[in-house]
Amino acid sequence: MPKYILIDHTADIGIDVFGTTLYELFSNAAFAMFDIITDVSRVEGKNEYKVKVSGIDREQLLVNWLSELLYLHEVKNLLFKDFFITGIHETQLKASLRGEVFVEKKHVIKTEIKAVTYHNLSITKENQQWKARIIFDL
Amino acid sequence: MEKGTYKIQKIDAYRWRIPREGKMRVDGMVYADESMIQEIQKDESLQQVINVSYLPGIVQHSLAMPDIHWGYGFPIGGVAAFDMDEGVVSPGGVGYDINCGVRLLRTGLYREEIMSDLGSLVNSLFINIPSGVGSHRKDLKLSQQNEKNVLKNGARWAVSQGYGTKEDLEHIEENGCIPGAIPELVSNRALERGRAQLGTLGSGNHFVEVGYVSEIYHNEIARVLGLRKDGITVVIHTGSRGLGYQICDDFIQTMIRASQKYHIELPDRQLCCAPISSPQGKEYLAAMACAANYAFANRQMITHWVRESFEKTLNINPSESRISLVYDVCHNIAKIEEHVVEDRKRRLCVHRKGATRAFPPHHPNIPAAYKEVGQPVLIPGDMGRCSYVLTGTERAYEDTFGSTCHGAGRVMSRNQAMKTAKGRNIAQELKEKGIFVCADSRATLDEELPEAYKDVTEVVDVVEHAGISKKIAQLKPLCVIKG
Repeated sequence: MPKYILIDHTADIGIDVFGTTLYELFSNAAFAMFDIITDVSRVEGKNEYKVKVSGIDREQLLVNWLSELLYLHEVKNLLFKDFFITGIHETQLKASLRGEVFVEKKHVIKTEIKAVTYHNLSITKENQQWKARIIFDL
Repeated sequence: MEKGTYKIQKIDAYRWRIPREGKMRVDGMVYADESMIQEIQKDESLQQVINVSYLPGIVQHSLAMPDIHWGYGFPIGGVAAFDMDEGVVSPGGVGYDINCGVRLLRTGLYREEIMSDLGSLVNSLFINIPSGVGSHRKDLKLSQQNEKNVLKNGARWAVSQGYGTKEDLEHIEENGCIPGAIPELVSNRALERGRAQLGTLGSGNHFVEVGYVSEIYHNEIARVLGLRKDGITVVIHTGSRGLGYQICDDFIQTMIRASQKYHIELPDRQLCCAPISSPQGKEYLAAMACAANYAFANRQMITHWVRESFEKTLNINPSESRISLVYDVCHNIAKIEEHVVEDRKRRLCVHRKGATRAFPPHHPNIPAAYKEVGQPVLIPGDMGRCSYVLTGTERAYEDTFGSTCHGAGRVMSRNQAMKTAKGRNIAQELKEKGIFVCADSRATLDEELPEAYKDVTEVVDVVEHAGISKKIAQLKPLCVIKG
């Protein structure tokens, strides 16, 4: 099972993300987003960063988690490659990330993601397999 | 999002009705020709037209322009007007890139005068105008106080800092400043994202394009707009950058709670909204105005660098280049406007998501110079084909809340476009057609390849035949910079 697949959306970009646990699902969603943004193989896990996010439910928690990473990427110029979810409840998430500051020539930006949308957003569980659908605004 | 089947009824060659049923409060109305309507049904955009019609206080129709395509929440190419007392305002009906828009500049130059300098001109534009992710002018440092002045005053701020002239302001929708902006309602995060990005183009479909007037369809109006055959033009397409995205994001959180509080049933969470008259509705409109003003300032600053690039490259002065604004329009915006609905004058909140205002001659909100001809509307096409200049009509004012299309509209997903472009050199292909392109990333060029878009000529023909715009001139590209 791949971490995620791209789904066709006319204007923007959508992904279906998979995971055997919620931890894995949220971690894979973050990986997918940075895989769209940059060539992750060129990112080194030099530094550790910690984040904490909350949401009114699981779906919003997913949007807020990805939006938080997008904010850190845009304002602090960070790229991430590893995402360890250290704690997750319905409305709270704690994570530790590994990555580094963007360096011209070393890193590439493939796509600018404007935002993580709520359109067609879903988190489902079937046969012990979690799946989330997310549409990004490009 | 609810999925289902819906009926489509043909009204005439260019209009299609989705009749009201179930939870719909009004009919859907789609502007398209026969072949477009087939294409449009392939994605989820018509379901999005229906979803918008569920929202409280919607008036007359949930509208879609012929460049409609699948967006998030509202379709792109969607227009919806809401009653000020009973209606709602929705950040998803404006979009993340608040006041993404287009401005058209005319020059005193003719095509043959710049043909030999195109290569150096495109390089100069590419150096002077920051594009792509993370780039910004090294000579521009914005304090938080100054950023708040930008949010409050829009393009007026830019002119006060020496970017352009007072005359420019007369040729911008709302004169480059939407009143009622309250910077205190903008989060620190949004301010932070916006600070380093003022005066930047961004990436994706944003661009600066130098072109020329290739066809004139209406001599008299073209003369009033200052457009002459073979005259050089510049089109600038960008918006409110990270500041706008963050404001939208912040208010979607607010509106998700507000929708629960006001018991608004949502077919798609992205359509979350609040009554226009509620504190949340008013605050959103005041914060949205901040982002809109930032976008006006952004396009104003880029205009200044376009002027500098022309003058430096061609070694001419402003009296020779004579670069002035034809007009600047918003594509993603909610506006409080007066419209006549069923013979009654009403104040409405008109959401345009990937749609352009197209006000008729003599409307009080258009510049004095264009009083007799109507508001100019600028419709950019893809990189390889052409763009159009239209004007607004009385019919648009009556039928579509003074709105028309905004561009070509994508037909290919970015994924499909990348696959189609694989093994090809898009920049080289365009060069062979005489179009110089500079882009920050090759991926952008591939995603934006001409075939990824509908033919803008077909889109423009629909709005003209339906009477909601008048075709004035066609522009063809000579060089393009992209993020």
